Amino acid sequence: MRLPDRGRIDRSVSLPFSFDGKLLTGHPGDTLASALMANGIGLVGRSFKYHRPRGVMTAGSEEPNALVEIGSGAAMVPNIRATMQELCEGLEARSQNCWPSLQADLLSVNDLLWPFLGSGFYYKTFMWPRSFWESVYEPIIRRAAGLGRLTAEPDPARYEKAFAQCDLLVIGAGPAGLMAALAGVEAGVDVILADEGSEPGGRLLSEREQVGGMPAADWVEQTLARLQASPHFRFLPRTSVDGAYDGGVYGAYERVSEHLCKPDPDLPKGCFWRITARATVLAAGAIERPIAFPDNDRPGVMMAGALRSYLNRYGTAPGKRIALFATNDDAHRTARDLLEAGLEVAAVIDSREDATASGDYQLFAGARVTGTRGRHGLRQVRIETGSGTQTIAADALAVSGGWNPSVHLTCHMGARPEWDAGIEAFVPKPGAVPGLVAAGAARGVFDTSGCLADGLRAAGEAIARLGGTAPSLTPPAADAVSGTGRALWLVEGKGRAWLDFQNDVTSKDVTGAAQEGYDSVEYMKRYTTQGMAPDQGKNSNVNALAILADATGRTIPETGTTIYRPPFSPVPIGAMGAGGQGKGFAPERLTSSHEASLKRGAPMIEAGLWYRPSYFPAPGETHWRESCDREVRMVRGSVGICDVSTLGKIELMGPDVGALLDMVYINRFSTLKPGRVRYGLMLREDGHVMDDGTTARPSLEHWAMTTTTAAAGQVMAHLEMVQQCFLPRARVRFTSTTDAWAQFAIAGPRARDVVNAVLDQPLLGKAFSFMQCGAVSLGGISGRLFRISFSGEHAYELAVPSRYGASLFRLLVAQAEGFGGGAYGIEALNVLRIEKGLLTHAELHGRTTAFDLGLQRMMSTRKTFIGKAAAARPGLVEETREQLVGLRALAAGEELTAGAHLFARDADPTRLNDQGYVTSACHSPTFGRSIALGFLRRGRSRHGELLRLVDHLRGVDVICEVCDPVFFDAQGGRMR
Amino acid sequence: MKLLQAVSPLGGLDRSHGALRLRAGEPGRITWIAPYPGEETNCSHALQAALSLSFPSPGETRSSLAGRILWSGRVQALLLGPQAPATLSGLAAVVDQSEAWAALNLEGAGAVEVLQRLVPLDLRAAVFPAWRTARSLLGHMNTQITPRPDGFEILVACSMAHTAAREIEEAMRSVAARSQL
Repeated sequence: MRLPDRGRIDRSVSLPFSFDGKLLTGHPGDTLASALMANGIGLVGRSFKYHRPRGVMTAGSEEPNALVEIGSGAAMVPNIRATMQELCEGLEARSQNCWPSLQADLLSVNDLLWPFLGSGFYYKTFMWPRSFWESVYEPIIRRAAGLGRLTAEPDPARYEKAFAQCDLLVIGAGPAGLMAALAGVEAGVDVILADEGSEPGGRLLSEREQVGGMPAADWVEQTLARLQASPHFRFLPRTSVDGAYDGGVYGAYERVSEHLCKPDPDLPKGCFWRITARATVLAAGAIERPIAFPDNDRPGVMMAGALRSYLNRYGTAPGKRIALFATNDDAHRTARDLLEAGLEVAAVIDSREDATASGDYQLFAGARVTGTRGRHGLRQVRIETGSGTQTIAADALAVSGGWNPSVHLTCHMGARPEWDAGIEAFVPKPGAVPGLVAAGAARGVFDTSGCLADGLRAAGEAIARLGGTAPSLTPPAADAVSGTGRALWLVEGKGRAWLDFQNDVTSKDVTGAAQEGYDSVEYMKRYTTQGMAPDQGKNSNVNALAILADATGRTIPETGTTIYRPPFSPVPIGAMGAGGQGKGFAPERLTSSHEASLKRGAPMIEAGLWYRPSYFPAPGETHWRESCDREVRMVRGSVGICDVSTLGKIELMGPDVGALLDMVYINRFSTLKPGRVRYGLMLREDGHVMDDGTTARPSLEHWAMTTTTAAAGQVMAHLEMVQQCFLPRARVRFTSTTDAWAQFAIAGPRARDVVNAVLDQPLLGKAFSFMQCGAVSLGGISGRLFRISFSGEHAYELAVPSRYGASLFRLLVAQAEGFGGGAYGIEALNVLRIEKGLLTHAELHGRTTAFDLGLQRMMSTRKTFIGKAAAARPGLVEETREQLVGLRALAAGEELTAGAHLFARDADPTRLNDQGYVTSACHSPTFGRSIALGFLRRGRSRHGELLRLVDHLRGVDVICEVCDPVFFDAQGGRMR
Repeated sequence: MKLLQAVSPLGGLDRSHGALRLRAGEPGRITWIAPYPGEETNCSHALQAALSLSFPSPGETRSSLAGRILWSGRVQALLLGPQAPATLSGLAAVVDQSEAWAALNLEGAGAVEVLQRLVPLDLRAAVFPAWRTARSLLGHMNTQITPRPDGFEILVACSMAHTAAREIEEAMRSVAARSQL
């Protein structure tokens, strides 16, 4: 019910929203939880395991019960805490974990079966027959378990990631955090103040207190204004700092537009922040501790501090007649606030014999609540006093078992908090996270005045770490009394007393675990699942281990505590993967001819980050093979043009390049004459082949290396390693020029005609022989020409500065078309190189050696090179190794496939009979049948043999013939 | 008509979102200079004599009437504008990289916030003031970032220039939308 004239809500505006399809209204400033309460809705969801009716229990991020689905369709998000969801116009919320309805949930039958469903029941129950676990029991249990449901559709929400840096990060904008931020700003350091709430103030917004002689909320407003006047200050509202990591890095999730009804489509839903801070003040406050008493989970039972938030901040109450069960003085202010709001205090039940009333309400000192009644909401509270038992009618029961400092972030790097016997709570261990200083309630200081002062103290410590001087600020006057209390963990009685509301763990589960021998706190946690729900046991961990301590006859510090891990509160996975959807997954590298290739209808294929044209369909062609076969015949018959700019290009300069290349290549390069090109192979240090390619020497001290597209980065890193580790004094420097040059292969019998058509000075006679390179000019633009071939044809590669690439591609293709040629794609390029037995990373796959490839004679015996010793190990040069061979189908129409394995003709195609495998295969239009490259045991001595080729995956089983890997023009006359 | 037409990788890109503007830059000639071992000082002197630019220390940009030179990694720098002097011959490796890089200029209030969505560096003006320079990552891409009084100059590999522009624009949209909150 809504209370008149209270709270920080804007009653002049009504916001319609729906809950389970029912239309309701609230006001700006409401959370979904407060708006539901104002509309008289107490039953909000069903519990995880027993499907118990549950209502709102807290007013913060620790809420275990009121988890709802927000939105609809693909945009629906489950498990949103109603206490954190700000109300906006048109908000659609639905209860979860219930069917067919929240009021009548069929799975609540689980609650009747509770004696059988305690912790560990399924380990004991579903043992026989053994095979049933995987096939029957587990699927059924999995279907029944789980909290909330996901849509099967992709999340349409857009998230973002961002980095932030500051000198001082202040986590939490309550009294301690605000004072710490103020001190930081006054000291002139860059401050980020992050708070999970929508506005700063923390508990000051929920209590009726004076700070600095004015209402606390006014002081908050003034302080924020003062902070925001500084250029050193940045406030991140709705931002929960969720993890503490090495090097002063904190992960945080900001709810950017979740509170808006119709956000700008450019506004992300949330932002995942990585904040780097030189020092941090943790002022995360404290979380009120429930008391475990029988049936303490009934809707209407809520935390006393939360009730004050609803009364004072949101102007709403869960009923007219409210009881309070407390163990401490602080909670009594709830009764005073209730009276002040004109509500009836049914009774204050205080477990301490010496408790005294601080207002006009009925107090039962030394009493306990031993049960509650009501179907979907509280109606009666049963209490036990020194003189007997009685029932009290109440619409709601506020509970306070004291406060637990929010130590969570201090545990994220492995430290465990320390037990403070004075306040009967865990407090942060100093130095638990380097550079982080805890302050205020997070450190166990609970009175407002103390928090303000402690915020200043912590900031002073942090500023000193930054090498600054803390400003002399005086904390404003405020309430300095937090009273005393005496912990009460458990009220024994008939019925179950709930500890972990989110995972449905009761006190009996904990004592049961102890009885069964799970008496370590870590065992108990895993056996009962206490604290393993998304809320990580924020409300329940301390109670649970106190009960465990009692059950095992130890003290709480002896029992110890489990650890909290990131994230402090749930972070959408979409936010952590922000920017990675669709094209954001990886950069696209496009060649200069990309647009022209697309215009010719070429489908693109990814090669690393590059996009290359697969083939160029001609009119009437309906299948890629048609286009590919035509392009191959075109290159063999006239001339083809292919963009090869994607190959890695490394420019090496200096008098000692030859020495460096001799070190990285297996063959000698220092003898290469200027104006020539040489093919080389480089090994890894383990003796296996890393990459191959050609290196040209345009002039004496200038070399141009070509790597495969796939290994460009690896080769560059390898060269750095070789230079820095082996040749640090060599006068050689190198840099990648892959992006600087657009390079095109011009291949085929008419290649020279095409080249001559574009060069300012045509090549005359026999000039420019095979493996020659030189500078050329095209319409006055300087280019480079290489006489190299990856097709077995007379071929050139012509390079121009990349901005001229698009133009040159069009020109070359037009010229080629004049000779009956044209552009060819990667498919044809692959066929051409297989026909010629040339290698790619299909063959250089990391497990092959120069010996395997038949290139062992290239390994120089007169110089050293990387991988030389390792490549000479006997195991790497054994004749029995799998060696590169060619394979050809016996008849047209029989397909050889890459990935297939080779077996003797009469052998079973099983692992033990495996003789080798196929690395590359294609249909060769030149030979009219399928050909392939592969590796075969003793392959070089088995040319002519017939083998069985079996591709188990694709169901291929054919006989093929072993041959030389060079199918086409073995003498190389055509390319020379 | 010329035989070959030049097409710049970003084709005159110019996009605005709120107060933010992203434009294709024209850095002109870019020359990579890497002194040979032991020649660092001589190389710096040669540059100083020819262009009044000494070789930059890590993270530094130096400029003169002739042009600018940016530190761009271990013993290497990018000379923007003038041709490298012939006196560097024998002292340093010199490679024309004008075509390898594409330049983007990001300007307007919020430019830092835009790059904070893509670049892990501390971009606060006090830490990374105008005319410092750094090699870093822009999303998944290598980049060279130089803050200027009015924004940032961002160099990326020209094959990835359109991806860089798209990702920066996406961040610009987000920052512009946030500024309306």
